[in-house]
Amino acid sequence: MNDDTVIEVRGLTNRFGAQVVHEGLDLDVRRGEIIGIVGGSGTGKSVLLRTIIGLNRPQAGEVRVFGQDLLALPDEKRSLVERRFGVLFQSGALFSSLTVAENVALPLVEHAKLDRVDATRLAGVKLALAGLPVDAGRKSPAQLSGGMVKRAALARALALDPEILFLDEPTAGLDPISAAAFDSLIVTLRDALGLTVFLVTHDLDTLYSTCDRVAVLSQHRVLAVGPIDEVARTDDAWVQAYFNGPRGRAAAKE
Amino acid sequence: MGAAPDYPASERQVQARRNIFLLAFRPMATPSLPGTLTLTRDAGGERLILRGDWTLPYYMALQARANELAGTIAAGAAIDLHDVGAMDTAGAFVVAELLGSQRTQALAQDEALPAARRALLKTVGDAIDTYCTGVRRPRDAGFVVMLERIGNAVESFWKQTLKLLGFIGITLQGFASTVLRPRRWRVTSLVAHLEQTGLDAVPILALLSFMVGAVVAFLGSTALEAYGASVFTVDLIGFAFLREFGVLLTAILLAGRTASAFTAQIGSMKAREEIDAIRTLGLDPVELLVLPRVLALLIALPLLTFVAMIAGIVGGGMVCLAVLKMSPSMFLSMFQADMQLRQFLVGMAKAPVFAFMIAVIGCMEGFKVSGSAQSVGEHTTSSVVQCIFVVILLDAVAALFYMEMGW
Repeated sequence: MNDDTVIEVRGLTNRFGAQVVHEGLDLDVRRGEIIGIVGGSGTGKSVLLRTIIGLNRPQAGEVRVFGQDLLALPDEKRSLVERRFGVLFQSGALFSSLTVAENVALPLVEHAKLDRVDATRLAGVKLALAGLPVDAGRKSPAQLSGGMVKRAALARALALDPEILFLDEPTAGLDPISAAAFDSLIVTLRDALGLTVFLVTHDLDTLYSTCDRVAVLSQHRVLAVGPIDEVARTDDAWVQAYFNGPRGRAAAKE
Repeated sequence: MGAAPDYPASERQVQARRNIFLLAFRPMATPSLPGTLTLTRDAGGERLILRGDWTLPYYMALQARANELAGTIAAGAAIDLHDVGAMDTAGAFVVAELLGSQRTQALAQDEALPAARRALLKTVGDAIDTYCTGVRRPRDAGFVVMLERIGNAVESFWKQTLKLLGFIGITLQGFASTVLRPRRWRVTSLVAHLEQTGLDAVPILALLSFMVGAVVAFLGSTALEAYGASVFTVDLIGFAFLREFGVLLTAILLAGRTASAFTAQIGSMKAREEIDAIRTLGLDPVELLVLPRVLALLIALPLLTFVAMIAGIVGGGMVCLAVLKMSPSMFLSMFQADMQLRQFLVGMAKAPVFAFMIAVIGCMEGFKVSGSAQSVGEHTTSSVVQCIFVVILLDAVAALFYMEMGW
């Protein structure tokens, strides 16, 4: 495997009962890139993300993150690899019993062994990096708006300065202005922190404005992967409808 | 192996684990050097020299060192970042905080640094400038906080009481406006709730009352035996169940079983904006959701109270049969001789009041749910606690009243 490949998926097969989600899926993610995963509903975008981060055990195939198979590692080593990536779940998944700052400070206290005061200070910086005012830290997740929840969840995902950031539909449910701000935030953070970003999205604007490469999931595998302009020329009905439909054309124009 | 604890090995393990841990935070494969911070003074002026890795594992040490140096660095000091290995946001934060906003921005413009490092310093510096200014630490004054909490608790109790009275008013108003218009009666909903709150509760309530009746009879027969009056166990059971236990057991059971269900049902509707949808369709949520529940409980609770009375008396009778060898016919004739209808009515009169309060509190807490699933849980707990509190409070008030009236 190439040194620059941080995620390597080979021959992945996922099945739920009789329903086949992935069959012989291959995908490489390179260090420092923002890769967008697109596909129709039910093509297994989120399942692919959950499989890569080790939340779902595939029926067959191999998933290597930093060259390691997460599901084959003993718990302790697995935890070490897991600290090298951050995950932003679709609905934020902030712990509702903790304040926003405590949510971000939790991994710092648990894994980086900081004391509570330092962790809270550093959590404030992460929140600021994600574009949240500091008073937001004292609120509980229920008091935040949808866009702020996403930002707070991003701050938590960034808490341990991960090398890979997994984002599941980060702009879903945000208004276009917040979504655009979130897109540029991701690009800024990638440039500043040298992140690799694995982005599952439906949002064409996000794809055009942030992604270096796009992978299209269709027919249980990765149908096409590459820069968005190349992928958009793929001869496939779904790809054509997606990228060259009215919304796709509007997004491409910008 | 075995007896002697193997300290060195475990220390090695800790060290090894630590090394793995530190490596895990290293983006590159180069060996990790702890970050250091030194301030030198020579003819050319002050130089602040940063070396090693400025990353999260060394954050505590770097922060402590930066705190020592803070304020002692001259404005014109040169800053040397060229020997820094890796740097992450934690390291950049220490640098930005030590240098202050202006010098961090100046450093971020320094062409000699790699682009990624400049971007990191700029991003962290900007973030701190934009969002971290004017933060005050919350005061911590124990006694004042305690007073504040007591004040808040009293105020929220008062507001809670006002809300309850308001909701009772709304419910009564809803009754008044629909009672004469049979077309607006929600009969299907009423029957469904009657089944859920009434019929479905019969087995558990009967069993519970039967057992409590048996326990009361046991206690009574044991205590009264000392005076040779164990035959009055019959009166004890009769008084207890007709006046108090029948209705109280039913009310407490329904507070746990039905009030919580009402809160959870209405609360999850509130959380999913279904209540708002009802309003925007021009319908009245009180009429649609509250009235059928209140009416159902007003019918069900008295009926269930009757079941509880009977079951409790049967339970007591069984114990009388077993312990006092009192035949059922003797039990019944004594019961008939000593109990007046008044005892039954006095107990039963409380049932509709309890029913109304339980239903109203259950529904009101449901309407107070806001947004999250956690909120549904909190209000469900609160509704059960309030219902039981109100039921016992009203029961005590009623007991005083009956006593004064000589009923």
